[in-house]
Amino acid sequence: MLTIRNLHAGIEEIKILNGINLEIRPGEVHAIMGPNGSGKSTLASVLAGRENYEVTEGSVDFLGKDLLELSPEERAGEGLFLAFQYPVEIPGLSTTNFVKAAVNEIRKYRGQDPLDAVAFLKLMKEKMALMNIDQSLLSRSLNEGFSGGEKKRNEIFQMAMLQPKLAILDETDSGLDIDAIRIVANGVNKLKSKDNAVLVVTHYQRLLDYIIPDFVHVLYNGRIVKTGTKELAFELEEKGYDFIKSEVAEEVDR
Amino acid sequence: MDNLQYIRNKFDQLQAENATSGLQAIRKKAFDSFNRLGIPVKHEEWKYTRISPLFNKEYKLNQATPVSWKELEEIRLPGYEQATELVFVNGIFSFPLSTIRSSHILVMPLEEAVKSEYREIISKHLGHSGKYQKDGINALNTAFVKDGVFLFVKKGQIVEQPVYIYNVTDSRSGNVLSQPRSLVYVSENAQVQIVETYGTLGLDESFTNQVLEIIVDRDARAEYYKIQNDSAHTNQVSTTHIRQIAKSYTHTVTISLNGGIIRNNLNLVLDAEYCEGHLYGLYLQKGQTHVDNHTVVDNVKPNCFSNELYKGIIDERATGVFNGKIFVQPQAQKTNAYQSNKNILLSDDASVNTKPQLEIFADDVKCSHGCTVGRLNEEGLFYLQSRGIPSKIARSLLLHAFAIDVLEHIRPEPIREYVDKLISERLEFDGHD
Repeated sequence: MLTIRNLHAGIEEIKILNGINLEIRPGEVHAIMGPNGSGKSTLASVLAGRENYEVTEGSVDFLGKDLLELSPEERAGEGLFLAFQYPVEIPGLSTTNFVKAAVNEIRKYRGQDPLDAVAFLKLMKEKMALMNIDQSLLSRSLNEGFSGGEKKRNEIFQMAMLQPKLAILDETDSGLDIDAIRIVANGVNKLKSKDNAVLVVTHYQRLLDYIIPDFVHVLYNGRIVKTGTKELAFELEEKGYDFIKSEVAEEVDR
Repeated sequence: MDNLQYIRNKFDQLQAENATSGLQAIRKKAFDSFNRLGIPVKHEEWKYTRISPLFNKEYKLNQATPVSWKELEEIRLPGYEQATELVFVNGIFSFPLSTIRSSHILVMPLEEAVKSEYREIISKHLGHSGKYQKDGINALNTAFVKDGVFLFVKKGQIVEQPVYIYNVTDSRSGNVLSQPRSLVYVSENAQVQIVETYGTLGLDESFTNQVLEIIVDRDARAEYYKIQNDSAHTNQVSTTHIRQIAKSYTHTVTISLNGGIIRNNLNLVLDAEYCEGHLYGLYLQKGQTHVDNHTVVDNVKPNCFSNELYKGIIDERATGVFNGKIFVQPQAQKTNAYQSNKNILLSDDASVNTKPQLEIFADDVKCSHGCTVGRLNEEGLFYLQSRGIPSKIARSLLLHAFAIDVLEHIRPEPIREYVDKLISERLEFDGHD
């Protein structure tokens, strides 16, 4: 589904990603962990097409297309979704109107007719129930004055509405209490199928108690330095990132 | 300037032809002021808006021309079937084109009103705006006050349907200077909504110098909406002077979408305790349009509340000006006055000059002001795009969202929908509704 080969990227003159290789297949859940500044959010941003990052080397293939050639909206149209670490507040634009525009623009991209009002409402009601979101929240301006938990739930609600093939969750657990994490994780799990995949980017292991990964990758200095199963996440939690740093240092020494 | 000589001749002619008019003295006094003050050249209040070149052109002044509704279809406001419609052509009130559809209001020419039982109201309030507009432009309008109307809203009456005022300029044969002038009195416990708009027939240049004064009495509510969407070869100075003479409520929204030079003076005089006033404005500019909003909130008496929000979206080579004055007079304790001006510049050539100006002479008050000038929120744009919304549509959604907290204060529904449509078209909004 997603194949990243030797990806190098940075912002202005600063190199952040130094050769990422990653393969994600349908039905899989991958977690990317790593200390602050290791490049986790940069990877998420580059995949979603954020403007100020520059890719200097490497390739990303998404479902047979060169992802890096596509605009952010085309990536969404192809089935990529990024749950933001800091969802943007847009006063004056209701979540409902925003999601409606998104759903129908993606349908348009795929050559489908827009959903009529009844069908849209039905879909929305279904996903609202899934994410335990109230109508009143959706009538309000997008993310404006939302609590941290409400913002992240709203992200997963949007994911549920757009039904992406690959969802990237960028530090979705940051700033959330355990109840909020449970609701968010529950939503992600219910959306999982053999046809779609999830890439969880996180600093802490605790989200992975609820979204069980098939693979855990450790990112350090812009490279994946270790890959394992969910046990690796426990090990990191127990020993801290220092043990990775020292392992990497040893490798360099050898 | 020849043009000034023409104006002087016109004035002498007007006074000679109306020797017995009750407005003679008001006009004379104003014309003296005009001669003394002149056209603003190096004037602090006109720093960013140069109108003196407009007076180098020749205009026809106060000349009525025949106009039919058929020619005015384009500027007719939706919901007109129920509304009271007052039409001015080149500054002269047109009875044949106007229709009064409420028994709660009275419309009479100012010349008649000054001789009627309302003469005290006229003599007390007509020209009060001159205390705030200390320039020759305001005086020039008053000097020619003749063909405007007195609109009286009867005591205790709620005018259910809005009053639409159309200011039509007919410049099909030569440049036109028109000077609409009216006085509105909203009596005790009365309620009215006034919507004003502008339209031009013809391609010659026009300059509209308008003054509207609105007096609001005890427990009355007045809403005033100004919609400026005229052609690029029209210029105007539009003064709206609202004076709340007893505890009352007012609400104004000024929407400026198109024109050449637009200068709006909006005065809110809170001349009694416990008055409440809301002022909203939206200017959406492109081309070389120049929109200057000068607002004054004068807190004369204690315990008044005012809230002001003006927003601007400026594109291409257009220029915006916002100057917001708040005066709190020494006796006006417990004043609450808020002001905010926010601007988005869409091009490198667009500009705005924004200046809040608070002059507070009382010590127990709450006042705040703020202004911002920025670009479209890039992070917001990326957020929308990342959800599959193409950048062009995302931009218009974001700009529409920016405008909405002014738009939503337009209360008459057909007018709100009308303005929303104009704005959406301007923003090339391509929604799915």
